[in-house]
Amino acid sequence: MVEPDYLKFDTLSLHAGQEPDPTTGSRGVPIYQTTSYSFVDTEQAAGLFNLEQPGHIYSRISNPTVAVLEERLAALEGGVGAVFTASGMAAFHLACATIMSAGNHVVASRNIYGGSHNMLNLTMPRFGINTTFVDPRDPDAWRAAITDDTRVLFAETLGNPGIEVLNVPVIAEIAHEHGLPLMLDATFTTPYLMKPIELGADIVMHSVTKFLGGHGIALGGVVVDGGRFDWAASDKFPTLSEPYDGYHGISFAEEYGHQALSMRARAEGLRDFGAAMSPANAFHLLQGVETLPLRMRRHVENTTAVIEFLEENEAVSWVSHPSVSSHPDHELAKELLPKGAGAILSFGITGGREAGRRFIENVQLASHVANVGDAKTLVIHPASTTHQQLSAEDLAAAGVGEDLIRLSVGLEDPEDIINDLARALRASQKG
Amino acid sequence: MDLEFQGITVNFATGGVEIDHSQPPVLMVHGAGMDRTVWSQQTRYLAHHGFSAMAVDLPGHGDSSGELLSTIDEMADWLAGLIRSLDLGPVRLVGHSMGCLIALETAARHGDVTERLVLMGAAAAMPVHPDLLGAAERNEILAPQLMTAWAHGTRAHIAGNPTPGLWMRSGCQALLERAADGVIYNDLFACSSYEAGDIAGQVKCPITVIVGSEDKMTPPKATAQLVAGFSEVELLHLEGIGHMMMLEAPDQIREMMLTALQ
Repeated sequence: MVEPDYLKFDTLSLHAGQEPDPTTGSRGVPIYQTTSYSFVDTEQAAGLFNLEQPGHIYSRISNPTVAVLEERLAALEGGVGAVFTASGMAAFHLACATIMSAGNHVVASRNIYGGSHNMLNLTMPRFGINTTFVDPRDPDAWRAAITDDTRVLFAETLGNPGIEVLNVPVIAEIAHEHGLPLMLDATFTTPYLMKPIELGADIVMHSVTKFLGGHGIALGGVVVDGGRFDWAASDKFPTLSEPYDGYHGISFAEEYGHQALSMRARAEGLRDFGAAMSPANAFHLLQGVETLPLRMRRHVENTTAVIEFLEENEAVSWVSHPSVSSHPDHELAKELLPKGAGAILSFGITGGREAGRRFIENVQLASHVANVGDAKTLVIHPASTTHQQLSAEDLAAAGVGEDLIRLSVGLEDPEDIINDLARALRASQKG
Repeated sequence: MDLEFQGITVNFATGGVEIDHSQPPVLMVHGAGMDRTVWSQQTRYLAHHGFSAMAVDLPGHGDSSGELLSTIDEMADWLAGLIRSLDLGPVRLVGHSMGCLIALETAARHGDVTERLVLMGAAAAMPVHPDLLGAAERNEILAPQLMTAWAHGTRAHIAGNPTPGLWMRSGCQALLERAADGVIYNDLFACSSYEAGDIAGQVKCPITVIVGSEDKMTPPKATAQLVAGFSEVELLHLEGIGHMMMLEAPDQIREMMLTALQ
């Protein structure tokens, strides 16, 4: 039996979206640090503005450096297109604003990044879009929350902070039974560990700032269009299926079909909301994406070593990560994440909030920051920092115990990471 | 644009422009398992450059309803009926891959409805690899994957999409994945079963054929054999381009089409 001779993931990480510059021969991706592009003539300009032909007009809408990154992420995710934005939150907003309008409704996992939760829970209602939050592990809760106004189901591939593994095929099937798309934030997994589109997701977004960039020096977000959802199958998505006066009556679904979401998100969303990625940031993020498979393999290896250490340490009362057999999603992780369940874990420190504070103050190699997915090991104790205003009861309700330490395992030598953690754990118990 | 024809809904892309009976009509026909959107880089351009541009979804494809037509002859007869029902007079008929066979057969059997042909990815015979045909019959994802792998030139497998942010390979595969069960097999079987016979002796209108040097599905040699039979034919070459030339080289194709159609 013949097989498709597609270029493989590691090759696409390095090459997809770029050819050597035709003018200079530059092998690296040039930074096109420009706001605008010279038109050949007025007819070409008119054609570009009217979506009659492709090309660059103004860097708020598209830019050659950013376009390389967009093509590369679409290739790695198996999507038909990608639109990059200034941050992960901008990507989330862009996706929502492209497919929804006032009066629409979202069903979302309750275990998502705080910024995403705030946008859905506090900000979007001001624009007439409301959200019902559900337990991501409960398919019946997803079904029950869907209303006639629902337009998208949203979750994270790995939840926050419990690292819940979303059963993507099951939730995708529920969405599709109702004629709805499934949108996933896949920041914690990256396309190296999971390809959500192949599992049934329709829209994938990332905070590219995290593992995809890997270096922690550039913000970025992306919306990847899976291209399998039929936006014209119902009247639920008029922004894609109805004529749009913004481009002289074009219907994005009629003209672009499976690429309608990508085209509208750029033509309207970047044009009007303007959350564009800078070409310099795109360049920085491209350097990270080139080594994504190498780094993710090392992240997973180091995480395994750190978990083995933590499980044996007397100052650690529990370890939560899908690779740990006690984790509720351990079997699901083996099925959906065969290359590993990421590099973010949490553990409980004996001695609660005060011991957690002492642990943080005694790590020397790990960095105490409110971030994840860096090449360097990062650590935070939510009860004494991001959630310090909450009572013990409120912390428990948020799934954040007083004893919880969140660790984003980096790429240092695993022995050095473990030695640093061991030293800080010893210090944490000397209250 | 939708219209009712022979009891089914036929869907077209028209570039967001109403059909204008005063403009010369151009009708574009897609290939096996695909739909109107393969012409997305040309339809809107032609619609704003003096043509009534229509990219049709064949029955059971894209957003057209109806039963699949199982032979190229049936497809050609259906298309001729559709053209007559549009009441636009003879059309400039543009085909891609299987759409070329349909266009040729339409011109041969119904010369009154075709003014000129523009063919892309054309050959007089389109044999299909048995593994591809088998995968299509079993509705396996391997079929879209193989078609996508073979349908693009080397460059398109790496980069080079002039539309910012679009990834050509997944675009093609997703389009084929959206086809309902049985569609790809129906079309591939129709292509592999087609016998052109004396097609050159029956087509009376002028023809422009565009061939990509890296076309693995209708290789240049097969295109040359087709062209050799015709007297009034223009053959245009695209270097480094594969079978999905409308998307791989949209700018050149637009220029070639504009010249050929005027």
